[in-house]
Amino acid sequence: MVQYSKPRSFYDTFERKGEGQISTHYCPGCGHGNAHKLIAEAIDTLGIQDRVVFLSPVGCSVFAYYYFDTGNIQCAHGRAPSVGTGVRKTLDDAIVISYQGDGDLAGIGMASIVHAANRGENITVFFVNNAIYGMTGGQMAPTTLIDQKTQTTPLGRNLQRDGNPIGMCELMDSLETPVYIERVTFSSPAKIMKARKVVRKALQNQIDKKGFSFVEILSPCPVNWKMSPTDARRWVSESLEPIFPVKNFRDLDDVRGESAKLPLMEGNRLLDYLKPEKHISPEAPNETVVDQQVKIAGFGGQGVMSAGVLLSNCVIQKGLNTTWLPSYGPEMRGGTAYASVKVSTQPIGSPVVDFPNVLIAMNGPSLEAFEEKVPAGGLIMVNTSLISRKVQRKDVRTYYLPATELAKDVGLIATANIIVLSIYFLISEVVDLDTFRKVIPLSLKKKQLAEMNLQAVDKAEVYFSEHPLEQS
Amino acid sequence: MAQTSEGNYIVINPDECKGCRLCIEACPFQCIVIGSDINSLGYQYAKFEKPDCTACGLCFYACPEPGAITVYKAEKTGGKA
Repeated sequence: MVQYSKPRSFYDTFERKGEGQISTHYCPGCGHGNAHKLIAEAIDTLGIQDRVVFLSPVGCSVFAYYYFDTGNIQCAHGRAPSVGTGVRKTLDDAIVISYQGDGDLAGIGMASIVHAANRGENITVFFVNNAIYGMTGGQMAPTTLIDQKTQTTPLGRNLQRDGNPIGMCELMDSLETPVYIERVTFSSPAKIMKARKVVRKALQNQIDKKGFSFVEILSPCPVNWKMSPTDARRWVSESLEPIFPVKNFRDLDDVRGESAKLPLMEGNRLLDYLKPEKHISPEAPNETVVDQQVKIAGFGGQGVMSAGVLLSNCVIQKGLNTTWLPSYGPEMRGGTAYASVKVSTQPIGSPVVDFPNVLIAMNGPSLEAFEEKVPAGGLIMVNTSLISRKVQRKDVRTYYLPATELAKDVGLIATANIIVLSIYFLISEVVDLDTFRKVIPLSLKKKQLAEMNLQAVDKAEVYFSEHPLEQS
Repeated sequence: MAQTSEGNYIVINPDECKGCRLCIEACPFQCIVIGSDINSLGYQYAKFEKPDCTACGLCFYACPEPGAITVYKAEKTGGKA
């Protein structure tokens, strides 16, 4: 009978480089495989495969999602504990496993791990410490030993120059909140067997909602240490273990992870918050509205973003679904700025607008950037105050208006966005101008400018009656 | 497959072995050796040879590959009182 075999929480095959792969991408003798195996076995034993959300780090173990047949999230470098916090707060039943290396956890992600530990998040962190940056080719890590030679410390790590190796368990132990802290080692099969119990315990803690569990694993990196796999195991024992003592630092019986979940918001309360004004009740959705994918583009300061927000707010008022996604450079003024707005009678999956069926081009570069993206039959609105050329496409509807000049007539150039949006509403009939007039004062940050913005709506209405959309 | 009189044995999948020799070092009874054949990954892979296996599982846990080693224990445990 089978006594020990591949844990069920692994995929049968690993589809990383084509189908049917059965071996990992790890180098011969690497400790990651051992760690994966112990974790997968514990998941099997505890019967939590369907509950696990496995967080892969950046580093050699970045591909863990190819191996674990569980929920998986590949996290930004060092941020797994923060991602895990998000999962913890939203999925009460999830078993969150953060699997991180020393560069990821103790280097770039130091803030993330310290604060997650300090909050006592009910998650389990496995910290695989091999005292070197593995994936990038063997640079000095925060845990690199004094005198250890790496690519970036060819003469050995120097205390005065490079600092001291960080003991993460010791650091975790300085915090009040973690319930379980233990350091284990993979230097021998007997010690791997001991680590096996610790891995299971750290996961059991989370099931029992005890709180934050931290397991540091001293693990070999034969290739970057430039040793044979067997010599690397010995080096763990002879060099790492004296500096990073293998022991239990803390094992509390407290249950500290109970109240981690945020209170759920009832039904439509969130929508109530998003409504521009609670005492204007939204209308029943107008099912005849065609899905609008609007790109409002110009330079920063033209009111591109606020036009997008206004559009979305009006649409919410009409009982439709909408998203607003800003996109801009680092400049506060003068850089390019795009707002993507979706309007639909159906729920919206993604706020990204790649092919806008409505392009509102407030300046020249915007028309250049997006003219070709508009599908046939779409609408392109051009601010002729700043764009002298015509739309080259023949298969789209076009509307030309001197928005900036009209706004200047109103007395406030910044109302160009209101002018162009008013005319968009008149063309599309997604929102009537009365609704727009109601929403404007509620959305404006500078309330004293409401009157001028409302004048801009009137100005646009008159302009449109004199210059209706040419039917092609 | 070399099977012990007590029926304990391991199976090493040649194409999952990276030839790191950790299982060889882990086995208390020197049941595993490195072979001379080369597998599809380009490694000389380990082979189960000597029939003194107790199905202790140390080789399984020493091996970093998820499924390279499977340990089989005899249905009836006998002899070891």
